[in-house]
Amino acid sequence: MAELIDLVLLAMLALTALRIIFLKDLFAVVMLFGIYSFLSALIFINLDAVDVAFTEASVGAGISTVLMLGTLALTGRKEKKNSHSSLLPLLVVTVTGAALIYGTLDMPPFGDPDNPVHQHVAPRYIEESPQEIGLPNMVTSVLASYRAFDTLGEVVVVFAAAIGVLALLGIRRKKDSDLESGLKEHKVLHVIAKIVIPHVILFALYVQFHGDFGPGGGFQAGVIAAAAFILYALVFGLPNTLAVASPKFLQWMASFGVLLYAGVGLVSMIKGGQFLDYNKLAADPIAGQHYGIIIIELGVGITVFAVMLSIFYAFSSQAERSNVQ
Amino acid sequence: MNFILDYYNYWVVVFLMMAGFYIVISANNLVKKIVGLNVFQTSVFMLYISMGKVSGGTAPILVEGVTQYSNPLPHVLILTAIVVGVAVTAVGLSLIVRIKRAYGTVEENEFEHKDDAI
Repeated sequence: MAELIDLVLLAMLALTALRIIFLKDLFAVVMLFGIYSFLSALIFINLDAVDVAFTEASVGAGISTVLMLGTLALTGRKEKKNSHSSLLPLLVVTVTGAALIYGTLDMPPFGDPDNPVHQHVAPRYIEESPQEIGLPNMVTSVLASYRAFDTLGEVVVVFAAAIGVLALLGIRRKKDSDLESGLKEHKVLHVIAKIVIPHVILFALYVQFHGDFGPGGGFQAGVIAAAAFILYALVFGLPNTLAVASPKFLQWMASFGVLLYAGVGLVSMIKGGQFLDYNKLAADPIAGQHYGIIIIELGVGITVFAVMLSIFYAFSSQAERSNVQ
Repeated sequence: MNFILDYYNYWVVVFLMMAGFYIVISANNLVKKIVGLNVFQTSVFMLYISMGKVSGGTAPILVEGVTQYSNPLPHVLILTAIVVGVAVTAVGLSLIVRIKRAYGTVEENEFEHKDDAI
């Protein structure tokens, strides 16, 4: 049954990608890309990657789509006629694709438990991490403990991206507050948004702190919390949102999250362990692992939230500026 | 039939990868290029997750009485890659916004002639 679902969903994914190639209306392209992300999230669930599916649905389908729409508002939604000849790209793609297909024939069959991928470190993570770390969710154990150094690097990359976007665009604070922003005349949206937003934030907190036991964690929670604020900005206008969470505050939060993460590493060094060795954080190694993972996940969540919201501010303040001109 | 099922995932991955690649090299519009790049990126995610799947296994969250789990390592790598991917997309899109402001267009063939004007 799972194979059948896999077949159908992957075929739908391929069709969506094919349609993206030929559409000229960029608004439709971005919407199709959102569908593409949701479809891939479904496939990830089918392939047992629940944490990945969660991330893809919130980040790929949510934030990416919002950012692309924000860009379209500035650059126009129609793609002009293509002057390139499409023959050469088609040839390159066909040859590369044929070579890759030929390459896949050497790959071990899909889903076989004896595949080389499953022989090296994975058995250790699966068999020993529940005792060593004491958490049922192995993905969180690997992400936040075994490969914590790697994850610290990823958080720094996300932080660097925020610096990049703010350096390129910057956030313009509007002095003239009479500027039309948000959807003032849509009363239904106002009521619904007021009901939905607290629940979204509550859900984000649940995802943040339940990530040790089920799918979820700092990355997903940060994005979901940012989505609540983005919804607020879309319905009630950007100036109101800037008053709730100012860009300055978000910049402090983004760096605070990274420092919190790195700080845990320093504390474990002071306590006589290695960088990010949580065993030393408490007398009992398992309790130390729990403290370490909760704190660094919190750091990840805070940074991702602040970065995503800052990036959204940067794009949407640009869009509002160009509407005025 | 078994042969097809064994490789179906990888073939779709190759197709998606080539679709994204085609968009990146053939599109004029920079926003569409970014969409193509994201299509390409998601196909790589799909490849990793497909390799991590174990037939008859379940999601890598400890449950009583289950011994067969899918490989958690590709999940971790891809989870962080998705978040970094959107961060990189954001930087790319903000570059496009700056290009639009400087050249007045985001069509590749239109601004490459305007280099001298800036």
